[in-house]
Amino acid sequence: MPVTYQLIASNVLSSNVASITFSAIPSTYTDLVLRASVRKNQATTATEFYIKPNSDSGSNYSFTMVYGTGSVATTSSFASNTNGLLIRYIDGTSNTANTFSSSEIYIPNYNSTATKPISSFSVEENNTTSATMAVQAHLYAGTSAITSLLIGVPSLTILAGSSFYLYGIKNS
Amino acid sequence: MTTAIEINCETGEVTERPLTAEEIADREAAAAQAAADALAAEEAAAAKAAAKASAEGKLAALGLTADEVAALLG
Repeated sequence: MPVTYQLIASNVLSSNVASITFSAIPSTYTDLVLRASVRKNQATTATEFYIKPNSDSGSNYSFTMVYGTGSVATTSSFASNTNGLLIRYIDGTSNTANTFSSSEIYIPNYNSTATKPISSFSVEENNTTSATMAVQAHLYAGTSAITSLLIGVPSLTILAGSSFYLYGIKNS
Repeated sequence: MTTAIEINCETGEVTERPLTAEEIADREAAAAQAAADALAAEEAAAAKAAAKASAEGKLAALGLTADEVAALLG
């Protein structure tokens, strides 16, 4: 049976960093999946990290989101921003100590030279009665094939212990 | 010192380096933009909540019960 879901690269942070970049992503897959377990040094919960394909800082990022803590679901949208694919919600330092959020980002047809729809699912980990989860439909308006992914948090750092796994999907 | 990590997916090589001045400036600009965006989102949410409260008040003034208003506005 052919391998259709293959680990391309991974990193578990041994120290705090501003950003992590997966570069020279091979073009031999059809889709990409990024699985991330993240905590950052922001003293609030319900925060985000960004992903910038090809380090693109243009006004190329939009998303629609459904989010909630288990009782009422709320929607939100954000158009044409320059901040990257904003992946919500992740752990900050107000979350329970030593906990990390879980996120999965699916990037179909990453070699395409058209705009790209991208989906994500993310949930905080928190030992309280409330933890926010979100499902997001992103649109990345960049028209180059994706060869790198820059992951970061504006002005803050991603904390040690956070982990990132990039997978490639093949259709045969 | 703030650092960045790069993982070369072809070679598997992992490099860690200090941020460049340009990257530091980009991060500061992104943080300012994020703060502005968050403020705009909060203001939009507050305006929407105020409009809903105003609508509820006007419907109540027309004689609708609280349950009827809730049924209308969801």
